[in-house]
Amino acid sequence: MAQPDEAATRMHEPPLTEAVEDDFGDLYEHAPFGYLSTLMDGTIVRANATFLTMAGRTRADLVGRVRFPALLPVGDRIFYDTHFAPLLAMQGEVREIAVELRRPDGTRLPVLVNAVVKPAAEGRPAVIRLSAVAATDRRRYERELLRERQRAERSEAEARHLAQILQASFVPAALPAVPGLDVAGVYRPAGSGDEVGGDFYDLFETAHGWGMSLGDVCGKGARAAVVTSLARYTLRAAGIRDARPAEVLSLLNQALLRERTDRFLTAAYARIHHDGAGRPRLKLSLGGHPPPVRISREHPSGPVGRPGDLLGVFDDPKLRETEVELSPGDVLLFYTDGITEGRGADGVMFGEERLRRSLEAARGADAQGVAEHLVDEVVDFQSGLPIDDIAVLVLRVPD
Amino acid sequence: MIMVRHPAVPPRNLISVFPMRMPFGYPVAAGETAGRPERVRGIFTGGYHPDTARSIDFHERRHTTMDVLARNNVQISGNPSGTPMIFAHGFGCDQNMWRFVAPAFEEDHRVVLFDHVGYGSSDLASHSAERHSTLDGYARDLLEICRELDLERAIFVGHSVAAMIGVLAEIEEPERFGRLVLVGPSPCYIDDGDYVGGFSRQDIDELLESLDSNYLGWSGAMAPVIMGNPDRPELGEELTNSFCRTDPAIARQFARATFLSDNRADLPRVRARTLVLQCSEDVIAPPQVGEYVHRMIPGSELVLLKATGHCPNLSAPEETVSAIRSFLRG
Repeated sequence: MAQPDEAATRMHEPPLTEAVEDDFGDLYEHAPFGYLSTLMDGTIVRANATFLTMAGRTRADLVGRVRFPALLPVGDRIFYDTHFAPLLAMQGEVREIAVELRRPDGTRLPVLVNAVVKPAAEGRPAVIRLSAVAATDRRRYERELLRERQRAERSEAEARHLAQILQASFVPAALPAVPGLDVAGVYRPAGSGDEVGGDFYDLFETAHGWGMSLGDVCGKGARAAVVTSLARYTLRAAGIRDARPAEVLSLLNQALLRERTDRFLTAAYARIHHDGAGRPRLKLSLGGHPPPVRISREHPSGPVGRPGDLLGVFDDPKLRETEVELSPGDVLLFYTDGITEGRGADGVMFGEERLRRSLEAARGADAQGVAEHLVDEVVDFQSGLPIDDIAVLVLRVPD
Repeated sequence: MIMVRHPAVPPRNLISVFPMRMPFGYPVAAGETAGRPERVRGIFTGGYHPDTARSIDFHERRHTTMDVLARNNVQISGNPSGTPMIFAHGFGCDQNMWRFVAPAFEEDHRVVLFDHVGYGSSDLASHSAERHSTLDGYARDLLEICRELDLERAIFVGHSVAAMIGVLAEIEEPERFGRLVLVGPSPCYIDDGDYVGGFSRQDIDELLESLDSNYLGWSGAMAPVIMGNPDRPELGEELTNSFCRTDPAIARQFARATFLSDNRADLPRVRARTLVLQCSEDVIAPPQVGEYVHRMIPGSELVLLKATGHCPNLSAPEETVSAIRSFLRG
């Protein structure tokens, strides 16, 4: 179609309007939307014919007798008083408010309402001008969307619940008492905890002392969870049978290779036993895992243990054992890299130095106190949302 | 328990470990070592220590360490040496509800305004599904503000549900509050035997539905902008209806905390001198409810305003101001 040039349009506009649409009364009365004027308290002072039809009322029913919110169901009326009216008073207009008109026959008409305030002038009070557009189909569709969203939220909650149950199985519900040691563990899932991670730890009694494990499976999600469970229970079974930590880790390595999983993991395993004087000692082996940190008065403070290969990759991983002595007042911390690799706002990692300082600062606290202090610091460091799972196990020799 | 609210935390693509310390390279499944986000924003409302089988609200810690004044967008004005006067907004909008009332007291009072967590320019990430599921949680927020500002014998002015939040806070730490002004209070919105609250349980369910239909400028597309930039509120300013804008999940929770609360038993425990301001036609807090509050709070005064509706602070600010003034003079 040819575009009429602008000047010509302007020239023709007034006569065209007058010829076709010059009846303002009709424009008002039969506009394709309900049009209403009310006082600031909602009292209806004028309504067009379309609104009366939509609402199923006569002019005499409404004008001067009814406040607009009285035409709404109770929920919408509360909404009117808590949102609609305040917004009008504060910003002079509201847009796209979804309410329903109650009709005398008991049916309801969903409408979308826009409103503007015409301020008081020349002795006349302020007026609210309000348009109501019928929105039956649109609202039906929105309700469907809403139902779908609620369904999605329920599914998400269920998935989260499953993740939590699974997650809880990666660590013992309670730690056993070990003579001469104060022990505590803390497990904190990544972020908001809706995804199942791969950290685990364990502590259990065996015929030759106590076995303890702590590890971290590569990745997250259901597949990683399967490997995490496998790792925890394989270490438990192997540790009960075998007193040699390196051998225990090697058995886990074989189990992982047999499973043909593409997941590898790092783990620390130690056997806790007691020397002649009843002092706790550890025989420790590391499978690719960061060495535990000892804070001690009698021994050198710092990482202990000799590095070994990670598990689930090599047929014959290099695994070595270290004997670790603990004296009264000593703290030994096992941790996953959710601690040291936690990142602060500027991308800086929490790191081993902050870890050591945190342990020093918590000196004198019991094992639970030390563990919680550290985890709190790491979580705060990451503004409350750690990017990775965190597992720590603290062994402390009481003074 | 661990809970996540919408909008959900953005998907993470993180690997747990990896040993820079290992003396060799190793294959890693695609995607698993992709860049870690600088910082993941979102809402975390709980943590879990399975070994002790107890639930820990990590927010408890955040509340103590984070800046309470920023959390609640606390705004202070007026006469620094005047008796402090703290205004609390009700269900629906934010501290702007007091814009026509609070300035009238600035000459004589140190005026404190704030937004409840989840509303206005408060820190949305501080909203806790657990803490903010009851009015007690909001009362604790209020007390934390009072402590932070060292308020004593302050005049508390609370509108709508905030009236009950003030009542709960006063009972908890009476020394903080000299007087209470309760504007349109209701200790219980649902009818119960002889008690007329004005609503049935079904009515409240309808309200929740109404809230669900009215997101007021909140959509999945805008939410991250608002949530992710609390320090840049101008990003959200172009949105309509911004004074009453909030995450629909938060609105629904505050609505539940508000309209399903029953604080009737708390009223007789109020010690501060109390003024009840009642509108003459108020669907949300009908006159008989105002009278009930007046009857139950020992020594309280009741003033019936000519104003109609539930928000005399907006519809009849002069009348509201003068009623509060004469109470403060008395």
